[in-house]
Amino acid sequence: MTQAAIPNLAPALAEVFLAVAAMALLMIGVFANAQKAFGRTQVFAALTLVIAAVLVISGAGGARVETFGGLFVSDNFSVFMKVLVVLGALGSLALAGPYLREHKIARFEFPVLMVLSVLGMFIMISSNNLMSLYVGLELQSLALYVLAAINRDRNRSTEAGLKYFVLGALSSGMMLYGISLIYGFSGTMDFDILAGFVAGHAPALGLVVGMVFVITGLAFKVSAVPFHMWTPDVYEGAPTPVTAFFAAAPKAAAMALFVRVMMGAFGDTVDSWQQIIIFISIASMLVGAFIALVQTNIKRLMAYSSIGHIGYALVGLAAGTTAGVEAVALYIAIYVTMTLGTFAAILAMRRDGGQLEEIGDLAGLSKTNLPLAVAIATLMFSLAGIPLLFGFLGKYYVFLAAWQSGLVELVVIGLVTSVVSCYYYLRIVKVMFFDEPDGALEPIQGAGVRAVLSISALVNSPLSYFLLLAPLAGASAWAAQSFL
Amino acid sequence: MPGIGLEHYLTVAAILFVFGIMGIFLNRKNVIIILMSVELILLAVNINLVAFSTHLGDLTGQVLAMFVLTVAAAEAAIGLAILVIYFRSRGSIEVEDINQMKG
Repeated sequence: MTQAAIPNLAPALAEVFLAVAAMALLMIGVFANAQKAFGRTQVFAALTLVIAAVLVISGAGGARVETFGGLFVSDNFSVFMKVLVVLGALGSLALAGPYLREHKIARFEFPVLMVLSVLGMFIMISSNNLMSLYVGLELQSLALYVLAAINRDRNRSTEAGLKYFVLGALSSGMMLYGISLIYGFSGTMDFDILAGFVAGHAPALGLVVGMVFVITGLAFKVSAVPFHMWTPDVYEGAPTPVTAFFAAAPKAAAMALFVRVMMGAFGDTVDSWQQIIIFISIASMLVGAFIALVQTNIKRLMAYSSIGHIGYALVGLAAGTTAGVEAVALYIAIYVTMTLGTFAAILAMRRDGGQLEEIGDLAGLSKTNLPLAVAIATLMFSLAGIPLLFGFLGKYYVFLAAWQSGLVELVVIGLVTSVVSCYYYLRIVKVMFFDEPDGALEPIQGAGVRAVLSISALVNSPLSYFLLLAPLAGASAWAAQSFL
Repeated sequence: MPGIGLEHYLTVAAILFVFGIMGIFLNRKNVIIILMSVELILLAVNINLVAFSTHLGDLTGQVLAMFVLTVAAAEAAIGLAILVIYFRSRGSIEVEDINQMKG
């Protein structure tokens, strides 16, 4: 019997650390006394995430490294996306404390599950094989199902968890069926060998069918239309800090996985998937723009807004070029900052000791709390993509990439839907600045909420056009080099 | 065995897969049936993987089949746990009752 060689662990150092740290956190949670367990695991989880990010960044700069027999890859793109995931997780962890304590769900499992799902996202981002893709995706999803239902005494939270679980399990089933077909018709699960297999000749029908099933599963995870139906319910039902996490980190990871499968494994047969991506992109932009018009609950509105934003990010992927990948990376980075800030603002909407979720509750905010109103207005303008704000730059880059690939119709539809979506973002600004207040909001609770809100408002302000744009664009160009 | 080839296995798997999908969408009674349908889909995938694996003379498919079995067990555990807390707060697991949030 041959002895199996120990794989090179250096490229996967951050993942190994996260896996060990998650178990250590569980021990801390179990052995600390019940009062302190949540606070302690929260602090240590934040520390763990920071260390993981440092490990990821310290491994950056080298060439593409594969390990575990080609199952795991570390390259510029994975570094960029992993840092985004950590930012999303840290931001939502910072938001969580006061809300969870107030609703008596400040259990130590919360940070532990978050760390485990971040581990799953890291494996997704670094997967170079359909097998590691599946295992990473499931690790992430299983942790997220539990997080959605963590408020187990509240009807809406358990319903959100149940809906997310059923549709998530269905989507992983469909994706697995696709994986089995791809494996059967190509004889491999490795992305590199698969890329060589599809290059040069038209892929077999079975392979295309398998690819479509895999796209279906991925579209579920990024909540692109027509597989978006879970998003509004889960966003509304899950506790708000969990929703913030859902909107930021898993979206970035699933989008990275989408790019990796499409551009990595099937990068040489763009023609066979471009039309599908164009279709889901257009459908997502339309649903995101039009159905959001009639929403009154701000968390539901953000769900439709996220569907629309995923549509814009997919415009970059539909381009099928390195410029497109660069634009997707930039778009997702900007989206993470916008969405975290918006959810911090939603957590700041409190009156009479209770959380508010209706848009009408923001009425006259400029007269009672001007800084908060200005911060929310900045974020809304940025989400709408008003020029000079950060959100505009993301849209500009994805549309530019699609334009260069000759997808003129897609760009035109994208521009029209972003004009339509301006309406509901600007309606929030109008409610805050021009309606009469019916009572002031409470002062913002928790340093975390205040910090996340002010940082993301600053990042999305016109100021960052001069300070942040060049480094961020440089970083996303560097990340896209992985797909040259 | 003469006469039973790759196509037969794939056909059985495809039929099971479609049953699983239909079980999720046509079922209006009970969430437990949805969980059973999900298991059916995963079993269909496993048949596919093992059939392809023997056909290709390559072990990768069987390795993934093992992973799928493991993950399916974890998924069933979490699904049932969520179902239990849902039943506790709601007192029903009828599919038509899962409608607190709409729009």
